[in-house]
Amino acid sequence: MELFADFFRELYDNTGWNFVFLYEQYEYDRMLEGIWTSFKLIAACLIFSLVVGFIGAWAQGAKSKIVRYVIAGYIQFFRNTPPFVQILFFYFVLGNLVPTYDAGGYQVGYIDSFGWAVISLGFFAGAFNTEIFRSGIEAVPESTREAAEALGYTRLMAYIHVIFPLAFRVCLPALNNNLVNLLKTTTLAYGIAVPEMMYTANQIWSDNVNVPEMMIVLFFFYVGLVAVLVYGMHKWEKNMKIPGYG
Amino acid sequence: MIRKLAHTALCAFVIASFTLAATQVYAANDRFKKVLDRGKLVVGVKADYKPWAFRDSNGKLVGMEIDMAQDVADALGVSLELIPVQSSNRMQFLQQGKIDLMIATMSDKANRRKVVGVPQPNYYTSGTNVLAKKGMVKKWTDLKGKPVCGKQGAFYNKVVGKKYGAKIIAFIGNAEAKQALRDGKCIAWVYDDSSIMAELASGQFDDYEMPMMTEDDTPWALAVPLDELDGIWGNFMSGMTYNWHSSGRLVELEKKWGIQQSQFVVDMNKRFAPYTPN
Repeated sequence: MELFADFFRELYDNTGWNFVFLYEQYEYDRMLEGIWTSFKLIAACLIFSLVVGFIGAWAQGAKSKIVRYVIAGYIQFFRNTPPFVQILFFYFVLGNLVPTYDAGGYQVGYIDSFGWAVISLGFFAGAFNTEIFRSGIEAVPESTREAAEALGYTRLMAYIHVIFPLAFRVCLPALNNNLVNLLKTTTLAYGIAVPEMMYTANQIWSDNVNVPEMMIVLFFFYVGLVAVLVYGMHKWEKNMKIPGYG
Repeated sequence: MIRKLAHTALCAFVIASFTLAATQVYAANDRFKKVLDRGKLVVGVKADYKPWAFRDSNGKLVGMEIDMAQDVADALGVSLELIPVQSSNRMQFLQQGKIDLMIATMSDKANRRKVVGVPQPNYYTSGTNVLAKKGMVKKWTDLKGKPVCGKQGAFYNKVVGKKYGAKIIAFIGNAEAKQALRDGKCIAWVYDDSSIMAELASGQFDDYEMPMMTEDDTPWALAVPLDELDGIWGNFMSGMTYNWHSSGRLVELEKKWGIQQSQFVVDMNKRFAPYTPN
């Protein structure tokens, strides 16, 4: 480990390439925290957006007019505003409406900046997921729906056990796209000081004047993450393939 | 498939090398001539750093550093173009040749001198301090483990984070950082003392104070491209700075912009006072 650090310190002295986080403890700790926070943020956003999409797509077909209008309004609102504006709005406007407790001179909200990033990005991607799931649901033949009904399924049960599993397979490619997009959009959370990868890289290059090096690290980090996500999704797509369907 | 990939990679490489070549067209030491030829001086300045450089109610960039940039343009007899830069990107603007000169409240640090050229003498100093609600914190060690708001790109963050164990929450701009302080999301806002004094004087922070002894009084540096430092352009800016100190122009500008008089500027004015032969 010492040797490893020395190598990069020498690299800096000799070539000017400064990968400071590989030989300075403070920056190393920051970097690790950044990577870990990014992982948590991405996982939370992906899951939340999928849940939102699942519920949203179901509610879109609800009998109640009001529910359908609410969902339509939600989609319009989140699709038609930039995600960065949403994050700032959630954190600085809604963040002040959430109850806080005094932690000795400063207020701690029950939802912190990480929480707001997950909520805003989750709803943002969830709006797209809702539409993506809808496209899948509409691709399920009417006869299948009727068959489920004839077997005594309620609307909800048919949705969970019959319609959604089929719809999900149809819309996986589109969903892939949106999730990849969401993964990359999580970098916007640096705007409200969520210490994820982008924020951490920014802090490190500000303190150490090594912008090109940190940019390269950022690129490889996200290229790698997206590759893993896409690989996983493709595997999943393959595993779920039903012969003769789609 | 592989051929296609190789082709794409090659294209990207060629484009990248062209861009690299384009930024290196100008040889060292012709910046001065270039500025005169084009009849325009391009200066990178801050836009959110009242009263050194900020936008007035008409959206025009004004402030002490803007006046300094204008002095330089006047001395050269060319017009002035201002490019707003941020702490986190100001050195890159200079490196990439997008600006001729940077006067952007930059603290003079050894690692920064490896990247940009800093003509001597320095024109200003300031140190690290915090703005906090009255009576909240008394000494630096009170900040340990507490959330402290800051701005991305400022080196104060690391000082306070590393030395005193404060949990730094750095926002994109000072407006967001100060809003977070007002919302009580952090116990203090860390920045430089001169700027905090200006905030206190603005009347927007009546319940707040600057409770600490200022730490790390650091000189400010204006900067030229690194390879121009020992050439005409670097020497010209050294001369400008000398004259600013010598003539008392900086003392005058501080007064004009309502900045609390700093000891450094007064001392430098005395030190460089013009010699009058008898």
